[in-house]
Amino acid sequence: MAAVEIPQDEQAFLAYVQAGGQVETADWMPDDYRAKLVKFIEMHGNSELMGVLPEREWILRAPTLQRKLALTAKVQDEVGHAQLIYRVVEDLGKPRERCLADLVDGKAKFHNVFHYPTKTWGDVGVIAWLVDAAAIISQKALLKCSYAPYARIMKKICWEESFHILHGRDVILAMVTGTPAQFELVQEALNRWWGPLMQFHGNPIPKEEDPMYLWRIKSQGNEEARQQFLEGYVPQIWELGLTVPDTKLRRRDDGVWEYSEPDWDELMHVVTGHGPKTDERLAFRRRFLDQEQWVRDAVLVA
Amino acid sequence: MIYEVFRRERKGQAFEHAGSVVAPDTEFAEAWAREQYGRRGESVALWLVPRDAIHDVEDWADEFDLKYRRVDGYSIKARLKEARERAAARAG
Amino acid sequence: MNELLLGLADDELVIGWRDSEWTGIAPLLEEDVAFSSIAQNEIGHARAVYERLTDDADALAFDRPLDEYRCAPLVELRLLDWGRTIARRWLYEVADEIRITALMEDPDVGGLAAKINREEAYHRMHAEMWRERLRDEPRFRDAVTELWPYALGVVLPAQREELAARVGLDEVEAVERGLHTDDFAPLWDEMTMVRRSAPVGSQW
Repeated sequence: MAAVEIPQDEQAFLAYVQAGGQVETADWMPDDYRAKLVKFIEMHGNSELMGVLPEREWILRAPTLQRKLALTAKVQDEVGHAQLIYRVVEDLGKPRERCLADLVDGKAKFHNVFHYPTKTWGDVGVIAWLVDAAAIISQKALLKCSYAPYARIMKKICWEESFHILHGRDVILAMVTGTPAQFELVQEALNRWWGPLMQFHGNPIPKEEDPMYLWRIKSQGNEEARQQFLEGYVPQIWELGLTVPDTKLRRRDDGVWEYSEPDWDELMHVVTGHGPKTDERLAFRRRFLDQEQWVRDAVLVA
Repeated sequence: MIYEVFRRERKGQAFEHAGSVVAPDTEFAEAWAREQYGRRGESVALWLVPRDAIHDVEDWADEFDLKYRRVDGYSIKARLKEARERAAARAG
Repeated sequence: MNELLLGLADDELVIGWRDSEWTGIAPLLEEDVAFSSIAQNEIGHARAVYERLTDDADALAFDRPLDEYRCAPLVELRLLDWGRTIARRWLYEVADEIRITALMEDPDVGGLAAKINREEAYHRMHAEMWRERLRDEPRFRDAVTELWPYALGVVLPAQREELAARVGLDEVEAVERGLHTDDFAPLWDEMTMVRRSAPVGSQW
């Protein structure tokens, strides 16, 4: 079932994807492309799943029925996304069970932001509004991924994410127009999350040096994504009277945002499994994965 | 078993491939596909088909030039110009 | 009637809370998603019934002292293992169907009960699907036996004969509503902690 158009030669394949060519599951692809693709997509799936745990606690503590419903729906979407994403990885050759095993064994990566604690309802707002915003910028760029099955699920993912940011902003707005104590909750959460948010899109490797961009798995450079985030969201933060804990943050006349250099060491340290909550969260998942193995055994036999 | 999921977004539209679900039988596949492809009211109908049941066709032989069967096989500009010129000459 | 409705709403609120405890840790991602849908429906039902009883559904849901909740002990139990969770889901759905069907006869709340009933159809399908799959599994069967007295407490005494017939077990002494289980206080505490952190009437 080999595709006729894609040439079985790495240079030609590179030219093909760089010219906008799309790749389907059964097509020939260079080993390096396939390996990088699996790793990238698997990390995305892991991130969606690990993002659930910090938010789970707040579903249980939501202070109104509406917020409870909205947060449940938001988190539900994230698990749904993980399911879609792991399906894509599975069709590329790595079974979901192995992805989940690697995840809980600490052998696989997930995004930095999900290694940090959530401390208050203020975090709920900041995560839903700003962390999701940062993620959506990357996700929109992935709509153009050269690997078509992944690009297609990104369409559904982006569609579902659209309410997440609105929900987040609504949570924030309710608090910044509430009591002074509630305003402080938001500011305090923002102070803690700003560092990880600035690291989220990765270090500013030029896209021409980024293999993910060369293969057109990513269609956007890291710095480009970060600038988009700043341009879109800093004005929205400032207009609420909130401050960003970076004295160097400013927008130049040419439209480029300047900011204090993020701590890239911290980012590397965290994503390699040494975040403040990494072990605890993986252990939590592992406990239930093990406890409920019998369920999968009972179900995944026809 | 892998079930391919096709969804119809609205009446009047064709079923489109939406993704796939791994399930032990059609009952579970239905329950899970309903969740994944219908929980936000985004589909009016779903088809679930075991991947094994799909017969795929991907190679084509088109060795000789059979352009006459396609729109791009026709270039009428030159002849149309001449026909118009001749008609104008006849009238004038 | 109000007491009955409050019991129904509190049951749905608390079982919705318990079902959302599986978020992120369900044995299959697909079930994580399914349980979230079930939980959202349950919270939605609770809200709809609270709104029949009061103008401020959130106040009724979250601002009562612990001992004013009318939920049945069945929904309060902390059951973070799948066999017992599915056993509870199934028993609750059978009991709830009897209760809701009876309410559909009421001229006042019949319409609301019918709406709830229609959504519950998917919950029943889901519970039945799992019961089929796990019916020979000791973890499930033992759980049904363990939770049976609690299930009887969900419905009125006059409805218990029917419940027993549908479940296929003999009637035993029910664990009645009224006294909360030990599991309820920590649940209530966590459920209301953010709410209680700000003055009553604060916006969220």
